[in-house]
Amino acid sequence: MQGFAGLSLFSVLLLMALGLAIIFGQMGVVNLAHGEFMALGAYTVYLCSSLVHTYAPALAGSYFVFAIIIAFLVAGTAGYLAEWGLIRHLYKRPLDTLLATWGLSLIMQQGFRLTFGAREVTPVLPEWLMGSFKPTDSIDIPINGVFVMGLTLLLTLAVWTFMYRSRLGLRMRATVQNRTMSGAVGINTGLVDRLTFALGCGIAGVAGAAFTTIGSTGPDSGSRYIVDTFLVVVFGGTSSLFGTIASAFGIAQGQSIAGFFLEGTMGKVAVLLGIVFILMLRPQGLFANKVRS
Amino acid sequence: MNSLYQRLFGGKRGVLNLVVLAALLLIVLPLSLSIFRLNLVGKYLTFSFVALGLVMLWGKGGVLSLGQGVFFGLGGYCMAMFLKLEASDPISTKIQSTPGIPDFMDWNQLTKLPTLWLPFKHLPFALIATVVVPALVAFVIGYAMFKRRVGGVYFAIITQAIALILSLGIDGNQGLTGGRNGITDLRTLCGWDIRSTHAQYVLYFVTCILLFVIILGLQWLLSGKMGKMLLAMNEREDRVRFSGYDVSMFKVFTFCLAAALSGIGGALFVLQVGFISPSLVGIVPSIEMVIFAAVGGRSSLYGAVYGALLVNTGKSLFSESFPQLWLFCMGGLFIAVVVLFPNGLAGLVEQLTQRFGPWFSKQRQPEAAPLVALSGAHTEKGTNA
Repeated sequence: MQGFAGLSLFSVLLLMALGLAIIFGQMGVVNLAHGEFMALGAYTVYLCSSLVHTYAPALAGSYFVFAIIIAFLVAGTAGYLAEWGLIRHLYKRPLDTLLATWGLSLIMQQGFRLTFGAREVTPVLPEWLMGSFKPTDSIDIPINGVFVMGLTLLLTLAVWTFMYRSRLGLRMRATVQNRTMSGAVGINTGLVDRLTFALGCGIAGVAGAAFTTIGSTGPDSGSRYIVDTFLVVVFGGTSSLFGTIASAFGIAQGQSIAGFFLEGTMGKVAVLLGIVFILMLRPQGLFANKVRS
Repeated sequence: MNSLYQRLFGGKRGVLNLVVLAALLLIVLPLSLSIFRLNLVGKYLTFSFVALGLVMLWGKGGVLSLGQGVFFGLGGYCMAMFLKLEASDPISTKIQSTPGIPDFMDWNQLTKLPTLWLPFKHLPFALIATVVVPALVAFVIGYAMFKRRVGGVYFAIITQAIALILSLGIDGNQGLTGGRNGITDLRTLCGWDIRSTHAQYVLYFVTCILLFVIILGLQWLLSGKMGKMLLAMNEREDRVRFSGYDVSMFKVFTFCLAAALSGIGGALFVLQVGFISPSLVGIVPSIEMVIFAAVGGRSSLYGAVYGALLVNTGKSLFSESFPQLWLFCMGGLFIAVVVLFPNGLAGLVEQLTQRFGPWFSKQRQPEAAPLVALSGAHTEKGTNA
């Protein structure tokens, strides 16, 4: 059971970290508002759910799939605007980006609080997401957990395909590696930046949508995981997608196993301490590119 | 003697800054505010110790720590542990099942004082610990990271994680630390009631004096070799390293200094406010402390004090009248101070004096040395609030 709980935490961490692996790992932008883009996705699903149940109850079974896509688009658009309005002025000052995005996250949190109220909300989930499998009497696997895991798998594959098999992904990696040269061969680096940032935020939105199936959404639910997510990306080695997956897995399993032996939050403390300790010894993370920059 | 004066006060401008701030803190505010408000100002001033540390570390050294709350908290907890032990003598805690230990320990079924608490029965130890414990923790973190040339964003993220770890750790160990409520109900310091009006006045002035001493000390430090090193490291770290200096140890020193200053701030906070809790340690307070320094102008010592005062005053005024708008303002402040006013209040004042200064003073000193003039954004002494 602990193993499964770890798997489900793994999915959540990985979903959040995927977007950040693009924004922070590839572009080097420290987006402390990442959690809020996730919450934006979650609130979008909630809004879709309320709209569907008020105006079109017939769609109640299938709306969730569309809601995820809408969440992606909404969070992606918000990310696009944030990049255009704020981030692009700050690329040369990473520490300032960090402060500005923290400000953005405060504004977004308060925006959520004013729009949706301070209480946590849950969308009405379709029937097929409820309940659990029972392969044997003693094992109980919740379907929503499996759904999130499936979505994570799908999204990871999609991100990988995008980054390593598509034109835009190629341009993105080129821009990251050598901005001047990429510009010289005709890549519109400004646009690439904006789209990349929007994509990362969109993925955060999907993460938020997936999140609604296993927990409720509050104005500050995004910020609750932001440090863990950054640690996942840093711990895995910033520019390695595989490292991100591996470290999300390690951290999630570590937390759920430590949570079993130590009470309350101390499990999390132990794991975080362990990560920080390892990062002090090996600052480049677990799977670093062996290229000197 | 003259050069010591020059180094401590930083010339005419520095003296003017000092006089203005001293007049404000020591004369105007005590005369115009009620003791309740003055106590609040004293509380804000304790944050300016943290902001001063950040000016050294971030503004001068170029290293941003998002974990200054850790050191503020460590200093505060060291002080609070002493006060709590004094407040829980066997007579006043005789209704507990184990008299003589702090009340929250009794609630958590502890029957004797944990070993960690034992040395905090002695005031000298506690006072030294408020400075040394934060500095030691900073040394360990800084040594491990700066030696491996970790800096910039990574350092910020890891210090932020440490802030989270410490606040969760305090939260989770209720019997040892008082948990989420923190250490509360602190009454006396060696028999002296710290909650009386008289004591609050005294503590306010002690805070102010300490603040001035520290500002002068930092100016002395910055006007010497240390200041030159920090400036050089900020501009061309590699070149400094290639010239044979151990860059990392200078950074470690600055980080320890910033931590020690935060610790002093934390201890003074506990004395004036009478409690400490993990809510002053975690991610949010730590990053708010950065904004104090940023609003003041990240490399201006006097600016840090004004920044801490202004942001906190704004916070309490706004949360009294428009609680819902405060977070918008705070968020806007973070963005504005980065995008529109990267040099904060000090930068604004500097612009104004450059525009209107010549009208008031006939002789303006060419302050900046050639190296600094090239770099543009940095002023040598950073005392232009």
